[in-house]
Amino acid sequence: MDILGLLIPVSLFLGAVGLGAFWWMLKKGQFDDPDGDAHRILRDDYDDQPKS
Amino acid sequence: MTATFEHVRPSACPACNAAPAAEHMAELPKDARLMLSLPGIHCAGCISGVEKVLAAVPGVKEARVNLTLRRASVQAGPEVSAEALCTALERAGYEAHELDPGVLATTTADRQGRDLLMRLAVAFFAMMNVMLLSVAVWSGAEGVTRDMMHWISAAIAIPAVIFSGRPFYVSAWSALRAQRLNMDVPITLAIVLAVGTSLYETIHSGHHAYFDAAIALCTFLLAGRYLDHRTRASARSAAQELAALEVPRALRLSAAGEETVSVAELRVGDIVRVKPGGRIPVDGRVTAGQSEIDRSLMTGESLPAFAGAGSVVSAGEVNLTGPLTVEVTAAGQDTALHRIADLVAVAEAGRGNYTSLADQAAKLYAPGVHILSAVAAVGWWLYTQDLRIALNIAAAVLIITCPCALGLAVPAVTTAASGRLFRKGLLIKDGTALERLAEADTVVFDKTGTLTNGAPTPMALDHLREDAARVALALAQGSSHPLAESLAKALATRGLRPAHVTGLNEVPGYGVEGTWQGQAVRLGRAAWLGAEAPEDTATFLQIGDTAPLAITFADTLREGATDVVAALQAQGKRVILISGDTTAAVTRFAQTVGITEVIAEALPHEKAALVADLTAEGAKVLMVGDGLNDTAALAAAHVSISPASALDAARTASDMVLMGRSLAPIADAIRTSVSARKRIRENFTIATVYNVLAVPLAVAGLCSPLIAALAMSTSSITVSLNALRLK
Repeated sequence: MDILGLLIPVSLFLGAVGLGAFWWMLKKGQFDDPDGDAHRILRDDYDDQPKS
Repeated sequence: MTATFEHVRPSACPACNAAPAAEHMAELPKDARLMLSLPGIHCAGCISGVEKVLAAVPGVKEARVNLTLRRASVQAGPEVSAEALCTALERAGYEAHELDPGVLATTTADRQGRDLLMRLAVAFFAMMNVMLLSVAVWSGAEGVTRDMMHWISAAIAIPAVIFSGRPFYVSAWSALRAQRLNMDVPITLAIVLAVGTSLYETIHSGHHAYFDAAIALCTFLLAGRYLDHRTRASARSAAQELAALEVPRALRLSAAGEETVSVAELRVGDIVRVKPGGRIPVDGRVTAGQSEIDRSLMTGESLPAFAGAGSVVSAGEVNLTGPLTVEVTAAGQDTALHRIADLVAVAEAGRGNYTSLADQAAKLYAPGVHILSAVAAVGWWLYTQDLRIALNIAAAVLIITCPCALGLAVPAVTTAASGRLFRKGLLIKDGTALERLAEADTVVFDKTGTLTNGAPTPMALDHLREDAARVALALAQGSSHPLAESLAKALATRGLRPAHVTGLNEVPGYGVEGTWQGQAVRLGRAAWLGAEAPEDTATFLQIGDTAPLAITFADTLREGATDVVAALQAQGKRVILISGDTTAAVTRFAQTVGITEVIAEALPHEKAALVADLTAEGAKVLMVGDGLNDTAALAAAHVSISPASALDAARTASDMVLMGRSLAPIADAIRTSVSARKRIRENFTIATVYNVLAVPLAVAGLCSPLIAALAMSTSSITVSLNALRLK
């Protein structure tokens, strides 16, 4: 059971990484146009003006 | 070295230094950010197409389509106008409207949405971790291990609950301060009690801790709250979008010349110029100029009226042929337009007492839960004389009964339904509009501009001889009057070429004249050519001294009008047509669309009165209209829809707006709203069943944290899945 002392912090850390990633995506506006992004990836023409 | 020196050498004349700098200043991009509404786009091809068309317009630096909001934002030089972009897009086959970016600026609603989403993410993260830790306890961890799990859970859950539950605490506190009870009071009480007793139990190495339940409660409720916010925000942005569609400005004539001012700045006695095709911004009297004015939005009349010096015009009418100079007799609050807005306010006050299904549920629910948990706690305290057990029971009851499923039941369904309707081109401006639409049993249609396009097309062109038709075409091309334009278009599509007419001259307010093969030819109003004015909209053609030929016009049916009327009648609804137009025109029109109940020559307040009468008879009226004369009726009706082409006031007064040109989504909307109401009811039933099953366990003290977690999750998930079944 000693391994718990390691596993619990590790799982919490990984979860926190996910939370941080979500926060970053939210800040970058990646949820502003979900429909458009879903379609854009399938277009033939190269998107040379990706949203910064 | 010399080269470098030369390069930086200051010039002898300061102007030479200043000039390039000034040039640079001028080149600095003073870019305008333009926003366009694109109601018709739906696929990857549309994104590429629109962006290509926009990028091809000279001066456009960047164009980006947002498919979710159906908008395009364009970075362009100051020389690019939104109108030019709209015409370019319309030529390429995309419907486009200008939006006022100032009104649409990312507002507090946007920030609120992100804030909620962040809280939801934190709550979800904490819930998942605490749930995992709880699995160890549920599967039988004992002693020190269990305590450790509880302590770690507490360390995660307590900060998470404090952060993510804030919207509930704030709302509950403000309700309590106003001495009311709302849904958030039992929620807050449950969270506080659950966390408090769990912490107490953990400190004393107790068996049960409800940290997972407290944080799961937060997560599910925040999910519901977020969905609700999304629906509201999109409704609000729809309303903003509509407000942004029309930018009220007027051309004021002053000693200094013409200046463009906001309508709000106009005062009585100011002189304004109204260009042909422009909307009259104020009530006033014509001082100079001759023209025809289209009163259809104000009165529903489809026949344009003559306006010359001394004529009285009111705000909202459209000037057709010649420029008019108007002296302001009433502006702002005193205009006819605003008086109708007052009618709207009165009518809306009557509708304000609608209670949504969710409110009805909350009214029953909030006191019930408090009484139940208080009774359970008191009962256990009397029975065991142990306050710790009594508090545990109270917390368990509050957690089990907490409205996770109830909080999700309505938002999940309305989100699904409004998303579906948005894809079909219908914007829902009001949260309860769907529920009200489901109740509608009587549909009242306005005629001009709603069931019709509001644009006339010539009828029976066949009886015109070819040379007469060619003369008519030549004359019609010389005018921008809507009748002339539509006539020219109809004749041109028949493959006719214009005759050689010289000396074309438009007489504003009357018609066009010219010379053809030495004969005077004229196209215009009946009175001008000495013909008898007919009942229908008509223009007359006179060649030389022959008798004037009548060319009659009829309004064309809006796309999907007959289908919608048929579909509504098939659904068993009573359909009524009401219009301010002449009886003959309305009856004939009613026959073509298949409506039997007709009321013609109705004044604005009569329309509102009709709706009120129908309501008094117990009917739930759906009003569909576009004009200013409809606004009071739109606001008085149980629920109302207006097309995007409607006047600002009409769109503001109605609950839903059709974004496209077709009326077809109305029938779909009714079908969707009926099934949405059914789903909401089902969801309430599901939530109640879970509560009825779990509450006895909680009161009996048998509700372990595992049962609480299971009941909460399964009920929330079932409710969400049921909402997604919406067709």
